[in-house]
Amino acid sequence: MSIRITVNGRAHDVRATPDTPLLYVLRDELELNGPKFGCGLGQCGACTVMVKGRALRSCVVPVAAVDAPVTTVEGLGTPAHPHPVQRAFVAEQAAQCGYCTAGMVVASAALLAEHPHPSDAQIRQALDGNLCRCGSHLRIVRAVKSAAGERV
Amino acid sequence: MPVRSSFLARSGGIVIAFSMPRIAFAQSSPTKPAGPSVPETNPVGGATVPDTVDNWLAINRSGTVTVHFGKVELGTGIQTAIAQIVADELDVPFASVTVAAADTSTTPDQGYTAGSASLSAGAIPVRQAAAEARLAVLDLAAAHFGVGTDRLVTAGGEVRVAGETRRASYAELAGGRAIHRTIAKATKVKDPDAYRVVGKPIARVDLPAKVFGSFDYLQNVRVPGMLHGRVIRPVPIGAKLVSVDESSLGGLNGVRVVKRDAFLGIVAPDEWTAIRAMRKLKVTWSGGGLAPVTDLAAAVRAVPLVNEKAVVDTGSVAALDSNALTATYVWPYQTHGSIGPSCGIADVRDGKATVWSSTQGIFLLRSALAMLLGLPNNAVEVKYAEGSGCYGHNGSDDAAADAALLSQAVGSPVRVQWMRDQEHGWDPKGPAMVITQSAVLDATQQRISAWRSDVWSPSHSARPQGEAGNLLAGKLLNIPTPKNAFVGGDRDAKVNYQIPNYRVTMHNLLDGVLHSSAMRGLGGTQNTFANESFMDELATAAKTDPLAFRRAHLANDARALDLLAAIEKLGSWQARPSAAGVSGSECLARGRGLSFVRYENTEAYVAVIADVVVDRTTGNVRVERLAIAHDCGLIVNPNGLRNQIEGNAIQATSRTLKEAVAFNTSGVTSLDWHSYPIVRFSEVPDVTIVLVNRPHEPVLGAGEATTVVIAPAIGNAIHDATGLRLREVPFTPDRVAAALRSLKA
Repeated sequence: MSIRITVNGRAHDVRATPDTPLLYVLRDELELNGPKFGCGLGQCGACTVMVKGRALRSCVVPVAAVDAPVTTVEGLGTPAHPHPVQRAFVAEQAAQCGYCTAGMVVASAALLAEHPHPSDAQIRQALDGNLCRCGSHLRIVRAVKSAAGERV
Repeated sequence: MPVRSSFLARSGGIVIAFSMPRIAFAQSSPTKPAGPSVPETNPVGGATVPDTVDNWLAINRSGTVTVHFGKVELGTGIQTAIAQIVADELDVPFASVTVAAADTSTTPDQGYTAGSASLSAGAIPVRQAAAEARLAVLDLAAAHFGVGTDRLVTAGGEVRVAGETRRASYAELAGGRAIHRTIAKATKVKDPDAYRVVGKPIARVDLPAKVFGSFDYLQNVRVPGMLHGRVIRPVPIGAKLVSVDESSLGGLNGVRVVKRDAFLGIVAPDEWTAIRAMRKLKVTWSGGGLAPVTDLAAAVRAVPLVNEKAVVDTGSVAALDSNALTATYVWPYQTHGSIGPSCGIADVRDGKATVWSSTQGIFLLRSALAMLLGLPNNAVEVKYAEGSGCYGHNGSDDAAADAALLSQAVGSPVRVQWMRDQEHGWDPKGPAMVITQSAVLDATQQRISAWRSDVWSPSHSARPQGEAGNLLAGKLLNIPTPKNAFVGGDRDAKVNYQIPNYRVTMHNLLDGVLHSSAMRGLGGTQNTFANESFMDELATAAKTDPLAFRRAHLANDARALDLLAAIEKLGSWQARPSAAGVSGSECLARGRGLSFVRYENTEAYVAVIADVVVDRTTGNVRVERLAIAHDCGLIVNPNGLRNQIEGNAIQATSRTLKEAVAFNTSGVTSLDWHSYPIVRFSEVPDVTIVLVNRPHEPVLGAGEATTVVIAPAIGNAIHDATGLRLREVPFTPDRVAAALRSLKA
């Protein structure tokens, strides 16, 4: 069956059963590479996307339950027009393998949308559900702080 | 499609611009892998290291440079560092250098990407090839200008005639022409004083794509006509497949079941159908299972021995028979815990196979897959694509084999994505180890007189090694597991301290309780935990400062003493006898611990000071800060190096405080991030680093060294804070609280 979703400003009619997690629709139907499969359990944050300005775990949300436009890391910015968080992640070299990065960037953007000038503790709290195994945490916190400073 | 085409644009499209690298591939029969057995750490090359420039790099028509490097990018920034080295040696702009993705068709065989050896050893032939390529360009320029090479100067991808305005670009002189020139042993590489790019904190070339979501991870490879596969593993572990009830899949269209012996998988047109089929399929297994384990240390020591070997045997340790300080240290099984579970994509059709994998060794995976598939080596191509972070021998090779078997069975390209529980359950584990220490001080009570270590460890490598029996799929097909070389258990078993009477005995175990292989630091992690914790126990026995105690045993190593001076300053170390109880309240105890290693006895020097706070009631240990001094010789990229050190420090803090694989007689039971927690943002310590740069010393690896010093530093800090000596990792709140209660009692 066909389901209509809007992703990064574009509407798509996708073929998927209603219970299909949003993640597989984004990756396999729309061929987006930003959201990653990490656990399928909503435990790690690699699949994080933004809906209504909030971070959402796309691996556990059925596509039929998505009732608002979805923004993935690809929709936040481009190399020519980066989101402040993306610019800061590059500037701070805030990744190693980068597999968690897209989820981190989206979760950080959602945090800054709600709290434009978060403290270190707020950043750590907001990202506590996003796991990083390479140990880039300190750089990520620095990047988010720096992005916050950059926002007008 | 889009992903695949961008792969082509990045590598294949460029390859067309110059002649294909000339690599002589060994031909072999379908069942026998090519070449001799390659050790775990095969730093410079595989069976044969190509000796002409065109095998290693090409100057393209546009003047850009493509490097074919046999070590893969595991998320460490190695491609950036290699590009820096080539840019300096060849005198071209950094931005013009690209390191191609590894591929068995185009890349020199440099063995496994392992053992922190990519820069220290793996880069050597690339640097030599770049130096030779520069000489080739100079020869072309000499002919072009009609002058001797001694009058020519190279810089920025150009050759100019000294004192004149005449100049020509590398593109004009050599672009698009294969440099089929032997790399002469006599060709000199540059003096480090002449480096312009090496030593600079150049931004990583791969990070922008990762931050914008466009990076070509293995997980993003899409092949036309690709189907989605999932595997179903035996329950309990080791069980035989009795029957499969395909009628249980009712309602799922297009699903095919593949079963061969105990290998079971399904293939479906889309990913969600594949997952649902995997979950719905009714399967009957029989037999299998693990022996019950109640005492991990006893279970490890009960594993049959391969042999016993002395790593060092100096003087006599007979004095230890009476009045020795003795302690036993235990390290649990741990999992790699990459955020992305293993993945493999394979297209096996018409007697050929193309396999995309995040393996650490494309060539030895290729021959293992050839054997598994019954194909000759030269019919199998393995293309490397970066996966989620790799910290050793994870499930990458096994997922590639799963995809290959499924693709062969259905005759279409298949992508296999392991689920989270499969990654936690079936990746080869970092081995559990047991180390018993025994030592006495001399008459001064300030120096160690005799020390004996006994180390129980399995081999830390079960890598493919070109043998199908080393792959999980091969084991499920009852292909016998070959005998791999025994490696890694003795890493850092011997300390670099001066000890007059010293014996280290390896009790090499046949296998483990769980299947295990290489994980960051190999046995260096477990052995350094035991050695550096025990050094602190001895310092306590000597009633002396742990830093002074270490210095006294390193008097012959100026570089080690320099490093200890650096960490003393960075960490503002205050001399103390151990268990000083630096400060703290009734409830919270603060302490500091120190640890030092020269990794693998000959590699990087690392020292760390850990500051911890122990909650006496809950047993919670908070690592507030890790101060790290690091000397790995010449620094290629200080930012990349700091990134590696921070990553090692944080990951090792996680392994120390939180991580142990749980299992029962059925198999692994810690199958998600709740049952196998790792550190989160709220728990991550601050990390401060001082880098000791030694531009005229050889580059030493930094991918693992810091990992091994973290656990003992934290353990020593807990002892400093509370007087409690913890000898088994992880230092979980329950374990710490229980130990504190028994200390009081």
